[in-house]
Amino acid sequence: MFMRSALMLGIVAVTGCLTLTAHADNGFGEPAGAEDIARVYLSIFPDGENLPEGSGTATQGKAVYEMYCAACHGMEGEGTLANKLVGGRGTLDGDSPDKTVGSYWPYATTVFNYIRRSMPYTAPMSLTNAEYYAITAFILNKNDIIAADHVLDKQSLPKVSMPNRNGFVNAYPDIPEEYDYMH
Amino acid sequence: MANDAQNLPRVAGNGLLDRRLFMRTLALGAAGTATAGVSLADPVNKGQPEWMLAPGATTEEYGTPSHFEMARTKRWTVPPAGQAATGRSIAAFTPHHQLHGTMTPSGLHFEVNHHGIPDIDPDRHQLVIHGMVRQPMKFDVAALTNYPTETHNYFLECSGNSGRLWADKPTPANLDMTHGLLSGSEWTGVPVATLLDEAGLKKGAKWIIAEGADSGSVSRSIPMDKAMNDSMIALYQNGERLRPGQGYPMRLLNPGFEGNTSIKWIRSIRVTDRPAMTRFETRTYTDLMPDGKALQFSLGMDVKSVITRPSNAMVLIQKGVYEVTGIAWSGNGRITRVEVSADGGRSWADAALQGPVSPIMLTRFRIPWEWDGSPAVLQSRAYDEAGRVQPTRTDLIAARGTHGSYHFNGIHSWGVDEKGEIAHVYA
Repeated sequence: MFMRSALMLGIVAVTGCLTLTAHADNGFGEPAGAEDIARVYLSIFPDGENLPEGSGTATQGKAVYEMYCAACHGMEGEGTLANKLVGGRGTLDGDSPDKTVGSYWPYATTVFNYIRRSMPYTAPMSLTNAEYYAITAFILNKNDIIAADHVLDKQSLPKVSMPNRNGFVNAYPDIPEEYDYMH
Repeated sequence: MANDAQNLPRVAGNGLLDRRLFMRTLALGAAGTATAGVSLADPVNKGQPEWMLAPGATTEEYGTPSHFEMARTKRWTVPPAGQAATGRSIAAFTPHHQLHGTMTPSGLHFEVNHHGIPDIDPDRHQLVIHGMVRQPMKFDVAALTNYPTETHNYFLECSGNSGRLWADKPTPANLDMTHGLLSGSEWTGVPVATLLDEAGLKKGAKWIIAEGADSGSVSRSIPMDKAMNDSMIALYQNGERLRPGQGYPMRLLNPGFEGNTSIKWIRSIRVTDRPAMTRFETRTYTDLMPDGKALQFSLGMDVKSVITRPSNAMVLIQKGVYEVTGIAWSGNGRITRVEVSADGGRSWADAALQGPVSPIMLTRFRIPWEWDGSPAVLQSRAYDEAGRVQPTRTDLIAARGTHGSYHFNGIHSWGVDEKGEIAHVYA
């Protein structure tokens, strides 16, 4: 690999003139501090890395769901303006596959991660971590994956067993031969 | 249209002609000088169009297309403008049946904005690189602008492009709806590898998790071999700063990968040893196979082509020679060959490729075709330098079924009837 950065010139436009700055070290980035990282580090991994404190159950989540989610996803998760969340188990290899949290999503951490960073659609990240745990619990309970009083928190969420956990086949870097039209 | 068709060099069935043939044009009767009815008392400008009779409009600081063109050449948006319950359209499709060349005008580039388009102040936006690096780093727009840049022509295609062609019936939709989640641009930016090198990868780093600054913070896991090979943080599209719908002020661009991985408004790269299994690589952008399993990280966009003219937005008004033209592309590299058939795939002829042919970019092809007034089925079939060949729809479905939703790259067919009317058909 060639040398990416030997000597570079920094150019700053200042109202009509250009300031040239010789820059001899490794680049133009600045060290990022803990606050910089905390603000952008929303990702949560299937093993539970980066899950926040807090907890919730489906029983607690019912009211939160009805307040913030039901308008688009339906009172029972049946889907109206937005995606259906409940049902569809056993349909993936049939004529009308029904991809829901219960039938398709492989990780409970993904459900929590997505809801927490993106929902409610018009006010993402506006609820508390406990409320996001409770909403997740409500949706999983509606899919008969956990009991109504099952407490979801940073320890228990990664242990939830999703029905379609083994339903995915890695296709990188190549599509497996049995699904490739050139074989 | 040529008037001497019987002598034209035929190269395949149903009227396909040699690609090297220059199209002969008919002089359709040059307009004669209009002198009748002019009297000596008339001003010289009598009969001239009104736009020549007085100085025109001022010269703009930022130019826009003709308002005549703005009224007829536009993206199809979903939901249609003004009809969305949420108040916003979340996707726009490039009208390839109205465009020529290979470079999509920035304002007609396709967009999918799952959570709307953020209005980002470039002076307050930064990209943070963290995780398995020796020194977490942050880069604002001014810092990134200082790096040596790279410029490449790349297509971007949503893996959902042509999704409606999985359906069991052909569609009356125009090419925007069937192939409009595809565009080509010149992109300029900084290699991701430059920034990862600066932060210093730790041993075992195998993925980056890229996240945007939109209200859904859309995120994807990208294999490290891709990120270190040719991914870039793009700052410019077609020479100007990115437009808001393309990720202003900075976006990830993963050449040849499905479009959603090229995270717009990028603000975070987490370096890890494993994928995050985000919503957009589990629930969405995974391809359901007939056995109920789903392909995950089906990231590459395979070889594909489509005839853009003629199309079902047009009617052939008389027998004669027409130019058949379209676009071909592959995420695997360069297009090496495009064949065209006028008889539904029974015989094929090589089309001319418009050079220079750039890797991972739209390539335009052309071939002359003499329509004799009888029914015809026009198809194109692309080949790439990786040895991939665009499959028939039948072969594609035999391998993957019809529920995959994404990555439809089958051969597309235009049926032409005796009246010269054109429709999408399965052939």
